[in-house]
Amino acid sequence: MAIVYQKSKGLTDLEMHYCPGCTHGVIHKLVAEALVDLNLLEHTIGVAPVGCSVFAYNYFNCDMHEAAHGRAPAVATGIKRVLPQNTVFTYQGDGDLAAIGTAEIIHAAMRGEHFTTIFVNNAIYGMTGGQMAPTTLVGQKATTAPHGRDRAHYGQPLHMAEIMATIGGAAYSTRVTVVDMPHMMKARTAIRKAFQMQMEGKGFTFVEVLSTCPTNWGMTPVEALGWVKDTMINEFPLGVFKDADSKEGS
Amino acid sequence: MSKELWKGNEAIAEAAIRAGCRYFFGYPITPQNEIPEYMSLHLPEAGGVFLQAESEVAAINMVYGAAGSGARVMTSSSSPGISLKQEGISYLAGAELPCVIVNIMRGGPGLGTIQPAQGDYFQATRGGGNGDYRLIVLAPSTIQEACDHVRDAFDIADRYRNPVMILADGMIGQMMEAVEWQPSESRTLPEKTWATVGTGGTRKPNIINSLFIDPNESERHNAHLNEKYDVMRAEEVRYEATIPDDADVLFVAYGTPARLAKAAIRLLAKEGITGGLFRPISLWPFPEKPLNEAASAASVKAVVTVEMSLGQLVDDVKIAVNGVKPVSLCGKAGGIVPTPREVADAALAALGRK
Repeated sequence: MAIVYQKSKGLTDLEMHYCPGCTHGVIHKLVAEALVDLNLLEHTIGVAPVGCSVFAYNYFNCDMHEAAHGRAPAVATGIKRVLPQNTVFTYQGDGDLAAIGTAEIIHAAMRGEHFTTIFVNNAIYGMTGGQMAPTTLVGQKATTAPHGRDRAHYGQPLHMAEIMATIGGAAYSTRVTVVDMPHMMKARTAIRKAFQMQMEGKGFTFVEVLSTCPTNWGMTPVEALGWVKDTMINEFPLGVFKDADSKEGS
Repeated sequence: MSKELWKGNEAIAEAAIRAGCRYFFGYPITPQNEIPEYMSLHLPEAGGVFLQAESEVAAINMVYGAAGSGARVMTSSSSPGISLKQEGISYLAGAELPCVIVNIMRGGPGLGTIQPAQGDYFQATRGGGNGDYRLIVLAPSTIQEACDHVRDAFDIADRYRNPVMILADGMIGQMMEAVEWQPSESRTLPEKTWATVGTGGTRKPNIINSLFIDPNESERHNAHLNEKYDVMRAEEVRYEATIPDDADVLFVAYGTPARLAKAAIRLLAKEGITGGLFRPISLWPFPEKPLNEAASAASVKAVVTVEMSLGQLVDDVKIAVNGVKPVSLCGKAGGIVPTPREVADAALAALGRK
């Protein structure tokens, strides 16, 4: 019997702890498959964040380094400067990357560090129980914004993929999502391209992935997927904001 | 070997390169700027990488990444900057990564002053970051000794998989003295089989981590760390004791104040009083037993702690002396260096002569 589909060798056999309907698992799989298919896995060092994906170091089947909250880009800088021939990536959520770690991600991009950042944006702090994130939408409820994010009090969401595109050292910045198969295929292509550009020495590469958090959004998994498509994408448009390989994107 | 004249900070940087340090991540702050400046010029010449980070927080996390990948790596800063590094230092200790951290201390608290001080003693020896962890802390009192400490620190860090801190006051960083470059002892160091360098398809993944979510696992990890710290307590104690048999007063001091105590001993000799000096070199592990023995000598009537802080070292001195002799404090803080006369007068007061 021919095997037509199996779990990626880029993932370990450990059962993931993610909530039902959360798309972290899909994003993990796309990253792992890209590393295997591009023949990079054995030379890869991943940096795990603090947040829902804090245990990512147990799931990726490559050398892993757990960072403090927000510091993954600095840790990845240290690793990549020691091992310039290896593949290095960070996997970070929105609180980690867009709040406490804003300085680290901006300056890693500024220096054109040759690693890839997978930025998972679910518009909320998931692990700590649904607090407001810098990416929380205006009006969206959170445990620290019980009446919804108030623009006058908290301002508006940060658009990290667009910000990254303004930085000289960034070679590639894109926003994708994984809420259905066509979008997953586009995300798959984007993640592969980011790793390829890293290994070609093009510069810093950044893939923002819009993700779901049914638990903290107070939705069913299906409703959460729908909310990304109907509401979140309006705030965070999908697309390529910078691509050093093509003039249109730059 | 011939003697050369070196500025403290530059000598520390050169000593690190000679010890095989090839990665340096730092951020500007006075009075340690000559260390990153020297590294930025000379580390690339040695085939290494110098990087000025966006903050001390980022710099120590770059150290964390580079150390995890098996590199010999160093950072330096001064007091307020070292405060910012504490998060990373706690992670380095928790994940058991070797590195060298240099603190050229200035006055505090807060922004303080850029003049020399020793107010970071507690932070260095008690652990300024969260959790139960220890750093080996070496305190040079000459530039020669600073160079020797840096040379040894990388080997000690590798031996124990633990960060080592060089704690020097701004005087040591900024003054010039003769240095004779000493070759490293050839030590057999453990292979870094734990480093994250890619599996190469030949082994299971290595994971650098300080998270143990299961409290039982976390307790085991803490017990394991403490066993390691016990070995350090037994094997890494360093001190200098210059104590005549008839010493009336015993000074205890590290760094620049130890040199002032030596000058005070010469002043006191003219006044018919014999002084001795006990100089802790490893501030952690603290030379508790040797100090207790020194203070217990029959001739010693008083123990005087000299520090450029207002009562930090003196706590460890009291623990070590454990009541066998009275312990007093001669402390100056905020960037003021005590004079030998002030130190001598503190001894006279302790002996009831003034």
